[in-house]
Amino acid sequence: MIELQALTKRYGDKTAVDHLTFSVRPGIVTGFLGPNGAGKSTTMRMMLGLDSPTSGSIRIDGKRYNQLRDPLNHIGALLEAKAVHGGRTAYNHLLCMAQSNNIPKKRINEVLDLVGLSDVARKRPKGFSLGMGQRLGIAGALLGDPKILMFDEPVNGLDPEGIHWIRNLMQHLASEGRTVFVSSHLMSEMSLTAEHLVVIGRGKLLADTSMADFIAKNSRTFVRVRTPEPERMRDILVHSGVMPVFEEDGAMQVDGVDPARIGELAAWYRVVLHELSPQKASLEEAFMQLTAGSVEYQAQGKGEQPSRQTGQAGRRRR
Amino acid sequence: MPHTTRVLHSEWTKIRSVRSTLWTLVTALTVTVGLSALICAFTASQFDKLGKNEQLNFDATQTSFSGSGLGQLAMIAFGVLIVSGEYNTGMIRSSLAAVPQRSVFIAAKIFVAGGLVLVVGMATSFLAFFVGQALLGEHSVSIDDKGVLRAVLGGGIYMTLIALFAMGLTFVLRSPLLAFGILMPFFFLISNILGNVNATKEYAQYLPDQAGKTVTAVVPESLSRPYGPYEGLLIMVGWTVAALLAGWIVLKKRDA
Repeated sequence: MIELQALTKRYGDKTAVDHLTFSVRPGIVTGFLGPNGAGKSTTMRMMLGLDSPTSGSIRIDGKRYNQLRDPLNHIGALLEAKAVHGGRTAYNHLLCMAQSNNIPKKRINEVLDLVGLSDVARKRPKGFSLGMGQRLGIAGALLGDPKILMFDEPVNGLDPEGIHWIRNLMQHLASEGRTVFVSSHLMSEMSLTAEHLVVIGRGKLLADTSMADFIAKNSRTFVRVRTPEPERMRDILVHSGVMPVFEEDGAMQVDGVDPARIGELAAWYRVVLHELSPQKASLEEAFMQLTAGSVEYQAQGKGEQPSRQTGQAGRRRR
Repeated sequence: MPHTTRVLHSEWTKIRSVRSTLWTLVTALTVTVGLSALICAFTASQFDKLGKNEQLNFDATQTSFSGSGLGQLAMIAFGVLIVSGEYNTGMIRSSLAAVPQRSVFIAAKIFVAGGLVLVVGMATSFLAFFVGQALLGEHSVSIDDKGVLRAVLGGGIYMTLIALFAMGLTFVLRSPLLAFGILMPFFFLISNILGNVNATKEYAQYLPDQAGKTVTAVVPESLSRPYGPYEGLLIMVGWTVAALLAGWIVLKKRDA
């Protein structure tokens, strides 16, 4: 269990983390979502006592991080940036961490096996690929067999097989009753692994909800209608009690009507249709809308408007 | 096993498991002993050509340690690398996540590194002395002579302090580039220049290396300082303690 209470971090006059209050419960994977620069990594560093908060507090199983005796046995973390000396072999890297936290040596080989790095245990991480580096970081997190695990953008740099592996690992860890807290800037990734969702933007809490609730609330279905006679079609739809919304390129979005019914109406009034397609707004789109006001560096220009772009991306995925 | 002992163990593993760092210690020893031997051999062959005053104030002990001016740079490199290796690799985040008690962490690192450097420093000092005296022949002194043992032990302590000074400063600066960029030219050139220019001599003799060197001198006239060997060593200890304290404060206060 991790509890954050009004956690705030300021750098000069810039507020990176702004009165965050939420808790991370055991037994499930909690996704920590936010656009780049939202304050996710800063929050995680504060959880580990690496950065000190300007105000507010964090309790891990009721204690401050630096009050934990042998912290690696309570909480293990994979941080976004590499945290390994490139000239020290994988085994020795884990050994020096194990020694300070009273972890038996045989556990080192266990975690190396678990992450699939046994063959390179005596190699120096200087020559490791991004994925191997990530696996070594995960081995470090698992070293103390902790009840709480924290992963900052764990799938970054992993190949599809690696991504699959880490998703299963996180779910497996949660199913053992552990607290799993994982950050990402990709909604699609979260929707596959997380059961609970904490969304932040510009350091502020935007949502703290179960994934199921978030999906139910945010996955809007609609029908896209494209016709050479948009004005007529709109009148027809308005007449039958629905108000279509026009998209930029002239297509219409119709809510709450069956595509079959729209097709029948068009046929009855002899309107030519070029498109009649049921659509589902992606979670990515819902996430973008939620964080729209809080994106650090927004792309400019028409072609890159967030909602439009993810709509496309969402379609492609299906 | 108590917590502190475990952290000491861990720090020892860190030191011995990075080859590049260990090489700096080998370099410190070989450069100091080698260069000192060379200078001793040269001095022995040219002794008759020295001026009257120089012959009178000739300090055989100090001469057998004259390669330390270059060798100390490798000691400084060791001090810089052992600390900056935490920061520029990101290892510090793993280290402090494992040992969030930062005072224990820095104390353990200083203790383990200091211990290792003391052993290497003493080995360097004694080796340089005996090799140097053997080469000086009739101009040599014995370890039993007055003040000689103190000077040789002092040489080992000097090497240790200079490495610890570098460690403390690197805890403040964090970046190896910055630490090397300041320490190397300072101890290789600037301190010597300041010590030889009349206008700055008076102040330069209180710089850590200039003050520390007095402990390796047996003939005080060869240096002409207003303080003795022990006071000189004490001045250097003061500098080292100040650097380590600054490092400790920065580590405690700043985000990792």
